[in-house]
Amino acid sequence: MAGLTLRNVGKRYGALSIIQGLNLDIHDGEFLVLVGPSGCGKSTLLRMIAGLEDITEGTISIGGKVVNDLPASKRELSMVFQSYALYPHMSVRKNLAFGLQNFKVSRSEVERRVADAARILQIEQLMDRKPRQLSGGQKQRVAIGRSIVREPQLFLFDEPLSNLDAELRVQMRAELASLYARLGTTMIYVTHDQVEAMTMASRIVVLRGGKIEQLGTPQELYTRPQNLFVAGFIGSPKINMLQAKATREAGRTVVSVAGMPDFAIAELPTDDQALTLCVRPSSLRIGNGDVTGQGTIRLVEYLGSETLLHITLSSGQVLLASDNGRTPYRMGDPVAIGFDLSDLHYFDGAGKRIEPTQKESQAQ
Amino acid sequence: MKRFFARNAPAYVFLLPWLIGFFLLALGPILASLYLSFTRYDMVSAPRWIGWGNYEYMFTRDRRFWKALEVTFTYVALAVPARLIMALGVAMLLDKGLRTIGLYRAIFYLPSLLGASIAIAILWRQLFAADGVVNQVLAMVGIQGASWITDPDTSLYTLVVLAMWQFGSPMLIFLAGLRGIPRDLYEAAEIDGTPGWRQFTRITLPLLAPVIFFNLVLQTIDSFKTFSSAFIISNGTGAPADSLLFYTVYLFNEAFKFFRMGYASALAWFLLVIIATFTAIAFFTSKYWVHYENERD
Repeated sequence: MAGLTLRNVGKRYGALSIIQGLNLDIHDGEFLVLVGPSGCGKSTLLRMIAGLEDITEGTISIGGKVVNDLPASKRELSMVFQSYALYPHMSVRKNLAFGLQNFKVSRSEVERRVADAARILQIEQLMDRKPRQLSGGQKQRVAIGRSIVREPQLFLFDEPLSNLDAELRVQMRAELASLYARLGTTMIYVTHDQVEAMTMASRIVVLRGGKIEQLGTPQELYTRPQNLFVAGFIGSPKINMLQAKATREAGRTVVSVAGMPDFAIAELPTDDQALTLCVRPSSLRIGNGDVTGQGTIRLVEYLGSETLLHITLSSGQVLLASDNGRTPYRMGDPVAIGFDLSDLHYFDGAGKRIEPTQKESQAQ
Repeated sequence: MKRFFARNAPAYVFLLPWLIGFFLLALGPILASLYLSFTRYDMVSAPRWIGWGNYEYMFTRDRRFWKALEVTFTYVALAVPARLIMALGVAMLLDKGLRTIGLYRAIFYLPSLLGASIAIAILWRQLFAADGVVNQVLAMVGIQGASWITDPDTSLYTLVVLAMWQFGSPMLIFLAGLRGIPRDLYEAAEIDGTPGWRQFTRITLPLLAPVIFFNLVLQTIDSFKTFSSAFIISNGTGAPADSLLFYTVYLFNEAFKFFRMGYASALAWFLLVIIATFTAIAFFTSKYWVHYENERD
C-alpha cells in the first residue's frame, strides 16, 4: 500500500493544455474518486499516474518515491480499463496469470494468487472460458482479478462500470466497495457518474478543465459545495439555482428572488449584487418554509419512494422539488413552495461559495 | 421463388457482369483445357485422345517438369515468408510511428502496383546485371559482386528479393489488422511489465492470426503463379541452367513455343492441384493457430 503525491502536475499536447498545475495528496489506503464531465482531464490524469502518459511538468510520487521517469511496470500499480482489455485469445486463467509471468513469480505462487483472486471474485467456474464466452459483468470481474493478482500498492480504475447495464452497475459498485474494504489498498477511481463517486469514495476530486474544483468527502461536497459547478455536478436530482439580487442595509443583506418574497440575512462577504442561490430539491418544502412563494405544478414524476415535482414560479423559473411520495399531486395544481434559510447555498457573481456571518430568519 | 428473386434481384444484377464473364470467357476454356490435358494437340491438327498419357509422361519421364517444381517450390518457400515478414515489419513501423501519414502508405504500396509489370522486371534485370547498380554500389565499398542473374546459384534469389520488395498489398492488410487490435491490450501489457518481444509474440501475432492466415494463402497462391518477372529476367527460357525455370515459364514454353497444348493443359491442371492442396492444408491447420474474435462455439 502507498500514498500518492502530485505536485504542480501539468500535461500539454502542443498548445493544448489538458491538466494545469495540479496538486493532490492521496492518503495511504484511501479510495479517491476523480469525477468530472467529459474532457475534464480525469482519464488523462489517471493515465499519467499509471505511466501510460508522460507528464509535461511537475512530479508524481508513489509511496514517497518520485516516479516521473519510471515505466508503468515499475510503479507497482495495476489498472482496470473501461474496455476491460482482456486478451481475447487467452482463457480466464491465462488472462489472470499473464502479467505475473513477467515478474518472475514462481509457478506455485502464480497458481495460488490466481486461485485466491478467482475465489474472491467468484469466477472459479469460468477459469477455462475465453473472454467472448463471458457476460459484461463476468469480464469486469476478470479484469479486476487481473489487477488483484498483481498485489499492487495502488489500484487504478478507469470508468470500469460504464459499459455495464444499470442493474449490474449497482451490483458491481457494491462489490467494488466490499473489495476495497477487504483489501484496504489505495484506489484511484475515475468516473463521470457522480452517484458512483458519492457511494464509493473516501474523498472525491471534482475536476473541470484540468483543474481541481473541489476536493473533499462526499458529505462535504454535498453539503458545502465550494462553487456553482460543484453544486450543480454533485447531487441527483440536480440542485435548483435561483438568480438573486442582494441589497446591503445596515448590518444585513436583503435578498430578492423573482417570484418569491424578499428576505433578509446576515451580511454576506461580497460587494456583488447579482448572486446565485442554490437549494437541493429535497430541501424545498411544499406549503411551508422560512420563505414561501406561489407556483404551479407543471410535471409530476412519481418514483415510488419519492415524487419529483416540477414547479413553475410566477416569474417563470422552474424549481425541482422532491416529496415523500405519499401525497397525490396533479399537474396544473397551484402550490405554495418554500425553503428554510439554513438550507440555502450562496454563490457570488464569480460562482464562489459565500457564507452569511450569521443566518437570520426574517421574511419581509 | 418469386419472393426469392424479388429479394435477391439487386445482388444478381450486380453479379451479372462477373457471371457473364465467367460463363462466356472463363468456364469454356477451363473445361476445354481439362479435355485437352488428355489429348495430344499441336493447334494444327485436331486433338487426339491419349488418356492419362500426358500425366504419365509428366511424372515418369519429364526431368524438366521436376526441375520446374523444384525451382517453384524453392521460390515459394523463400519468397512467401520473406514478403510476409517484410510486409509485417513495415506495417508495424507505419502503425507505430507514422500513424497519420497516408503518403507513406501510398509510396510503400507503389512497388506492388508496379511489381508485376514488365518494366520493373527489366529494371530488375539491369539492377542485378554484372555491371548493374547493385554491383557498382558493392564495388564502392570494395566488394566484388557476383553476376547475380547469370549465375545459376544466385539467380533465383534476385527474384526472391524482388518478391520481398513487392510487400505493399499484404502490408496494407497487415496494417489494417494491426489497427484492429485495441490499444488497451498493449497498455494493460505495459502495466504488467510485458517486454516488447513478448507483447509481439503473445498479443500481436495471435490477434493478427486471421490476417496472417489470409495473407499466407493469398501470397502462396500468388507465388505459385509467378510468371512475368521470371520470364523477363530469364529471357523466356528459364536460364541460366534452368535455375529460373518456374513452373509457369515451363508451361508457357510447352504451350506457345513447342505447341504441345495437350501437355501444357495437363501441367496447368496439376498446378491447380498443387495450389488447391496447399490452400487446403492451410485451412485445415488454421483451426490450431488462428483465433477468430467472433467465433461461434
